[in-house]
Amino acid sequence: MYEVRFHGRGGQGAVTAANILAVAAFNQGYHVQAFPNFGVERRGAPVEAYVRMDSAPIEIREQVYTPDAVVVLDPSLMEVVDVARGLKEGGVIIINSAKKPEEFNFPGYKVATVDATEIAVRNRLGSREAPIVNTAILGAYARAVGNVDIEYVVTAVRNEAPVKKEENAKAAREAYEATVLGW
Amino acid sequence: MKKVLKGNEALAYAAKLARPGVVAAYPITPSTTFPEKISEFVANGELDAEFIPVESEHSAMSACIGAAATGVRTVTATASQGLALMHEVLFIASGMRLPIVLAIGNRALSAPINIWCDHQDTISQRDTGWLQFYAESNQEALDLMLIAFKVAEDKRVLLPAMVGIDAFVLTHTMEPVDVPEQGEVDDFLGEYRPEHAYLDPERPITQGSFGYPEHYMEFKYGQWLAMEKAKRVIDEVFEEFARRFGRKYSKISTFGVEDADVVLITMGSMSGTAKEAIRKMREDGLKVGLIKLTVYRPFPKEEMVEAVKNAKVVCVLDRNVSFGFGGAVYGELAAVLNNLPERPKVYDFIIGLGGRDVTRDDIRTVAEMGLKAANGESIPEINWVNVDKEAVEKSEGVMR
Amino acid sequence: MKEITKGAIIYEPQNTYTYLTGGWRTFRPVINYEKCIRCYICWTYCPEPAIFKRKPAGEPVPNERVAEKDVVYIDYDHCKGCGICVAECPVKAIEFVKEEK
Repeated sequence: MYEVRFHGRGGQGAVTAANILAVAAFNQGYHVQAFPNFGVERRGAPVEAYVRMDSAPIEIREQVYTPDAVVVLDPSLMEVVDVARGLKEGGVIIINSAKKPEEFNFPGYKVATVDATEIAVRNRLGSREAPIVNTAILGAYARAVGNVDIEYVVTAVRNEAPVKKEENAKAAREAYEATVLGW
Repeated sequence: MKKVLKGNEALAYAAKLARPGVVAAYPITPSTTFPEKISEFVANGELDAEFIPVESEHSAMSACIGAAATGVRTVTATASQGLALMHEVLFIASGMRLPIVLAIGNRALSAPINIWCDHQDTISQRDTGWLQFYAESNQEALDLMLIAFKVAEDKRVLLPAMVGIDAFVLTHTMEPVDVPEQGEVDDFLGEYRPEHAYLDPERPITQGSFGYPEHYMEFKYGQWLAMEKAKRVIDEVFEEFARRFGRKYSKISTFGVEDADVVLITMGSMSGTAKEAIRKMREDGLKVGLIKLTVYRPFPKEEMVEAVKNAKVVCVLDRNVSFGFGGAVYGELAAVLNNLPERPKVYDFIIGLGGRDVTRDDIRTVAEMGLKAANGESIPEINWVNVDKEAVEKSEGVMR
Repeated sequence: MKEITKGAIIYEPQNTYTYLTGGWRTFRPVINYEKCIRCYICWTYCPEPAIFKRKPAGEPVPNERVAEKDVVYIDYDHCKGCGICVAECPVKAIEFVKEEK
């Protein structure tokens, strides 16, 4: 069982990112489960979403407490949320940031960074003020974690994105290439 | 075809595949995406049904009753306060013997305001004369909806049915669901052909009539008989569903009860978590088993007795509470076992109210309490799991 | 044995007509055709309904202009004697007479 937690702000598409990753993993042959942090989501408030994937059918329904990887859509969240909460030792942290992985201090964890904001803006996803980074960050996930192939991610992004399908797919692929691994 | 769907979408696909004539619904969290999806199906031409947006859940059920009385297949969805508002008319649907199907996103009731999962909403409607099914997964959500139509419309039954899926834990969770082909569902359900409740100028009838004391009890006994007959019809429909779709359901499903000292009883989504917890406990040498209750009304008395008779202790995990008594399933199981010469002890565990997560650790805590009782230790009859009692005693005062 | 149907459906249309309520009256409304202007207000207001219309058959008229119009009559098998027609009649053409018991 592999568990992923997404951190974003209401409106940034963290829940959609989790759903698309689940579809990609499912198409690759995994059993999957994706769900939001059950609540009253509001625009701008910190939100979480989760994905479980396993080679066997998934029966447990409890929330995700000890993820194997976390994905941070908005680096400013790290000032208010402990994104490493419960993360398994040696787990992966993927951060949307122009900084290098070594500029973050997460001892015992693997950090990967990608400037998903820049990629989203360049591909005209969302507005310059509020770029939609959720599809780009999935490319970084594919690169950093490696258990879901980038081709499945790109296909799922293209199929699931409500608008700008090609731009979103391109953003995921560009992010895959641009991800910097800190290990 | 397998699709990755949210629980509400699975319910909406099932509703669409049943080809209802009328859907009247009022949106409420966490059920909102059901009417959203249905109106989308209607708008894009995938579903040829009359979608009636109404101003309240009371009106939604009233419109469904009116529609069903004209003789069309009718479906709606709601949750929590919405179901509570429907309460009055639910009796009318069952009394008029209209096989309406109602999808529920099982949610806690206010106050305090809470949008998360428990079973208080549907359990509070248990005496309205509706069949009640509870799903563990999104696949079960879709399948039980289709099954609900078939059972409800059976000539021996003709009772409305509700299908409950846990708020958020299922309604908003995406997972793979095998969505049957339209043709397969058409063959399974057939066209809805009401024999008693329909309008036809050539056959004028009165529906919703008066029932004097001389007749009222006979009508109620009729509903009682229909519910009793439903027990067999449900088994038959489960069989047919398994033949056609390859997925086998039963009123209760057991997991390792044969040699268990302690048997847990669950409903809904926590059943999977419980299975996983029990697998681990079995590895640790603890003889714990599980009964998942899928059909709550009619209550599967005979099956339940058979499944628990060898256990020393039964722990009921009730995601509901009747204040001043205990959990509903606990009370009913205790009553069912009452006349047996030898019976297990039954204890109640109130758990997961208002969306409090039910974890494998919680399941283990319950089972370990049960094992204590099996070893002759005294434990309370009613237990509240994972509650900060100290905090409550500070506000309410300690009971002396 | 009682007659019980699924869902308490009544398959005999208009079966309430067989239930006679005329015996409930204390007072009986009686139409005075010499005053009645054939306005049908009583026919509109009767809640039962127990006031009906039929073709005239030589009833007296208040004036010749209404001679060809339908006349109202009271179905005394169903009239409960509520008196609404008496109260509503604009020309006081309905009298309320005590039932002889």
